Amino acid sequence: MTSSNLVYLIALPLLSAALLMLLGRKADKWGHIFATLISASTFVVGAMEFLAMRDRPEESRAVTQKLFTWISVGSFNVDAGLLLDQLSVAFVLLITGVGTLIHIYSIAYMSHDRDRRRFFAYLNFFIAAMLLLVLGDSYLNLYVGWEGVGLASYLLIGFWNQKPEYATAAKKAFVANRVGDFGLSIAVMIAFANFGAVSFHGIEEKVGGASETALTAMGLMLLLAATGKSAQFPLQAWLGDAMAGPTPVSALIHAATMVTAGVYLITRSNFIFDNAPNAQLAVVIIGTITLLFGAIIGTAKDDIKKALAASTMSQIGYMILATGFGPAGYAFAIMHLLTHGFFKAGMFLGAGSVMHGMNDEVNMRRYGGLAKFMPITAITFGLGYLAIIGVPPFAGFYSKDKIIETAFNAGGVQGVIFGSAALLGAVITAFYMTRVMLMTFAGNKRWADDAHPHESPFLMWAPMAILAVGSVASGYLLYSGKAIVNWLAPVVDKHHHEHEEFLQPIVVTSLAITAVVIGVGIALAKYRGELSATAPQDVSIFTRVARRDLLQDDANEFLFMRPGQKLTEVLVKTDDNVIDGTVRAVAASAVGSARGMRKLQTGYVRNYALLILLGALAALVTVLVVTL
Amino acid sequence: MNLLTSMGALPLLGSLLIALLPAANSRLIKQTALAVSLIVAGVGISAAIAFDTGFKGFQYVEKYSWIPSLGINYQLGVDGISLILILLSVILVPIVIVAGWNESEGGRFSVKTFYILMLVLETMMIGVFAATDVFLFYVFFEAMLVPVYFLIGGYGTGARQAAAVKFLLYSLFGGLLMLASIIGIFVISGNQGGRSFDIEVLSNLTIDSTTQNFLFLGFFIAFAIKAPLWPMHTWLPDAAKSATPGTSVLLLGVLDKVGTFGMIRYCVELFPEASKTFTPLIITLSVISILYGAFLAIGQKDIKGLIAFTSISHFGFITMGIFAMTTQGNSGATLYMLNHGFSTAALFLTAGWMMSRRGSSTIAEFGGLQRVTPILAWSFFIAGMSSLALPGLSSFVSEFLVLVGTYTRYPIAAIIATLGIILAALYILIPVQKALHGPTTPGNENLPDLNKREIVAIAPVIAAIIALGFYPKPALDIINPAAAATIEKAGFSDPAPLVGGDK
Repeated sequence: MTSSNLVYLIALPLLSAALLMLLGRKADKWGHIFATLISASTFVVGAMEFLAMRDRPEESRAVTQKLFTWISVGSFNVDAGLLLDQLSVAFVLLITGVGTLIHIYSIAYMSHDRDRRRFFAYLNFFIAAMLLLVLGDSYLNLYVGWEGVGLASYLLIGFWNQKPEYATAAKKAFVANRVGDFGLSIAVMIAFANFGAVSFHGIEEKVGGASETALTAMGLMLLLAATGKSAQFPLQAWLGDAMAGPTPVSALIHAATMVTAGVYLITRSNFIFDNAPNAQLAVVIIGTITLLFGAIIGTAKDDIKKALAASTMSQIGYMILATGFGPAGYAFAIMHLLTHGFFKAGMFLGAGSVMHGMNDEVNMRRYGGLAKFMPITAITFGLGYLAIIGVPPFAGFYSKDKIIETAFNAGGVQGVIFGSAALLGAVITAFYMTRVMLMTFAGNKRWADDAHPHESPFLMWAPMAILAVGSVASGYLLYSGKAIVNWLAPVVDKHHHEHEEFLQPIVVTSLAITAVVIGVGIALAKYRGELSATAPQDVSIFTRVARRDLLQDDANEFLFMRPGQKLTEVLVKTDDNVIDGTVRAVAASAVGSARGMRKLQTGYVRNYALLILLGALAALVTVLVVTL
Repeated sequence: MNLLTSMGALPLLGSLLIALLPAANSRLIKQTALAVSLIVAGVGISAAIAFDTGFKGFQYVEKYSWIPSLGINYQLGVDGISLILILLSVILVPIVIVAGWNESEGGRFSVKTFYILMLVLETMMIGVFAATDVFLFYVFFEAMLVPVYFLIGGYGTGARQAAAVKFLLYSLFGGLLMLASIIGIFVISGNQGGRSFDIEVLSNLTIDSTTQNFLFLGFFIAFAIKAPLWPMHTWLPDAAKSATPGTSVLLLGVLDKVGTFGMIRYCVELFPEASKTFTPLIITLSVISILYGAFLAIGQKDIKGLIAFTSISHFGFITMGIFAMTTQGNSGATLYMLNHGFSTAALFLTAGWMMSRRGSSTIAEFGGLQRVTPILAWSFFIAGMSSLALPGLSSFVSEFLVLVGTYTRYPIAAIIATLGIILAALYILIPVQKALHGPTTPGNENLPDLNKREIVAIAPVIAAIIALGFYPKPALDIINPAAAATIEKAGFSDPAPLVGGDK
């Protein structure tokens, strides 16, 4: 089926962003309202498409729209084409829904910023790029959105780039993402060389004929792309620094939507991964490492945004882990992605609300006892907290529980290893999130002298409240009656696999709840009551390493940056001294011999005449030889 | 109507007209030069519109006997590849004139001479791409050195004389080798049914492989210097650092393309067998150029040097695309030549405005320009994004075509070359951060933003970068038939997909 509405989803926010940039300060008065209305209108278009899709029979739910032929050379043909199916519609609703709430929040949050209009232009540019990412019908269209959101992220992380460290954070994010994009580029090339196509449909049709080596290679390259965009090990180091961006950006881009694009990519490429078990194993391993890595970092952060960022990394690790289990896991990965979109965006907005009331302080050591002063923030944040640690019946409980179950059901030693790791992650998650709750909203006041905490205005708390409702209810709604599993099956589980059960669901649920109780218990024991306003320095080496983000920056610096800088230095010197030096030496010797030649220039006409004669003779001989 | 001759002669006549104008009235001189270049651009664009994209082979053909005894003809014609490059030349000249309205002042020679040189150069550029007679090509190839030499040496900055001489000597050396090859192939044509310099005739000669290799090398080295390919590149950074921004735009945007254009038209089409022999070497040099140029760009402290080295990296992509011998590689390389022309123009012009305002070309001297001069900063940023081949901008299409076209035949080379996209992020974002972000460097607080004239100059370039990124079809429609013909002449066909293509 075709639809002519899909293009509006991208064109509206894109053109509105361009308009706000081109009009400049003239649009300062109304730019934020305009951008918010546009964002809301994309949500309306998305919701209408969703309702229409729901009413159609399963086999004709997907709709496409071909806009024009984008690139066509020989057999390489790429249309600017869009595809809205059961998978992408879920993302469209998430992006435009959460996106619009964050627009509304930002109207108030950014009201004192002189560049609020520019901020909204960037936001709408992001919405357009993100929608293109999930709506593109080929890897190359996806790529345009993929780098588009990278650019939006770069611009927004560096929104206050007058501060050099913020500008550096933006650059770091872009470069790390480019490493991932290298993978995506290679994956597209592998696809074209093997299938002569780069569209999802064109590849899926022929995937059966490809060698497993090719599919594994393509899968690994897609995984590399996913690690860059979704801040997974080993390309995770940019996400913490990305918190330099305004907090609504952290909520929308670096929690709810863009960073989950890697999960989308792997789920969308299910036809590749399902036929490449080794690549799937790599996916599972990367997800497991990252879910623990992020959780451990989360335990050591005093900066509320960085603690939440570490948590995001860890939660996406869960999603990636789930996608590695193939058709058994895709739907749960997407389910966790959606519930996470609610509760994590809600908590980030909550963090922004706290910062708003605390003079932009981010250090939780200088918070304490804020629940009394910001009750709405505390409650909405608290609901998100219950959701993320997995307390039933809040949203995260259903989605995380299912991922842990899927991991155990992988069977054998692997199942036990990955299942246990996921359980351990749940313990740590409960610990660090309880720590955040206690340090921020409970305990003694450790505020700076000029802090006057107050609740945020309506425009800020209303979006928080709506997201909190999602944190409570979205898990059950997606879970009950296998709603999300059945909805996505035509895309990710076409052959209706029957999934074996290794552990009874009730056993897994009990284990998961036990994990939560342990994590919360340890945190309560450690962080209840009086805390000091400065971080203790007499801590173990493990704490110190965790505070340094498990040495991720040190490792990058040692492995890449310093050797890279050294190589650049050496090459610059070589270019000047060796390559150009050789040229100069040749030139110098030429000048030397020219000095010798100069002796021929005697100034006597008879000598010149002789030379001319010799030359003419030589020319004549040449011509004769040539002609004969 | 002799369209190509008219197009080529117009700037020359314009330069004569300027010669007659009073030297004191520099305003009138500039306006005349601009008017002439705009008319030429109009002719060029209409030639592109009237071009028959369904026809393989040369169009707008003109042929007159010039020196019959040696079989030399005055012979012109364009296919998609040469047309695209002529189009690029005639569009860039008026933009350069508007953008650098004042850069002709304060040189060693007069304002009048500057515009005479500029228009003469335009004639040469049109001629070099339109010639279909090797001898005529050679004449244009060498003659165009003269105006460029004086434009660099007469109006540039710093060690401009030395840079101009270096440029000239490098080019003359390459030209000499090419001349030897031209004489060689001319001799062979004499032995096989009649002396000729007509490239269609020459491409049908039977040449034994050793001779082919030598002849090929003569051409190739000349073009590899021009392009420039590692390790024959060291003239370019010096020339780019010394030339005025406008001259640099034409130097890197158009003149260097004569090298890559020549590789297609003369190396590949005349010596397919030798091309095959040397392909592994050339692909290797291209990959080295891509990475080497990128690393050196990262290491530059001077903004002009940085842009020059990014170009060396980009020329590596173009050369790799040409010798990948696939339609995607070849079309991508030609489209890359066009796109690189626009993005380098945008980079050099915006960098030039930054330099003329700050009075320095050292990157560290800028800082915080985004707050002070937002329009200039955004223009530079978009130019940079185009240079790092951001999808949605024009360079992405061509870079990706080159990579995918190379991958199907030389996967390892393509994978290593793709590392260039990571380095590109560094060589663009490092200067962006240093020049545009951070606190405003003392002394820069009151720099003026772009004025109307400058906006008029940069806007069409940025518009082209965006338009061709979203909709490259008009350019590809012109290029594709010619690129396919080149691959066919070289005796190649695209590798088929590994998984059965029938379904």
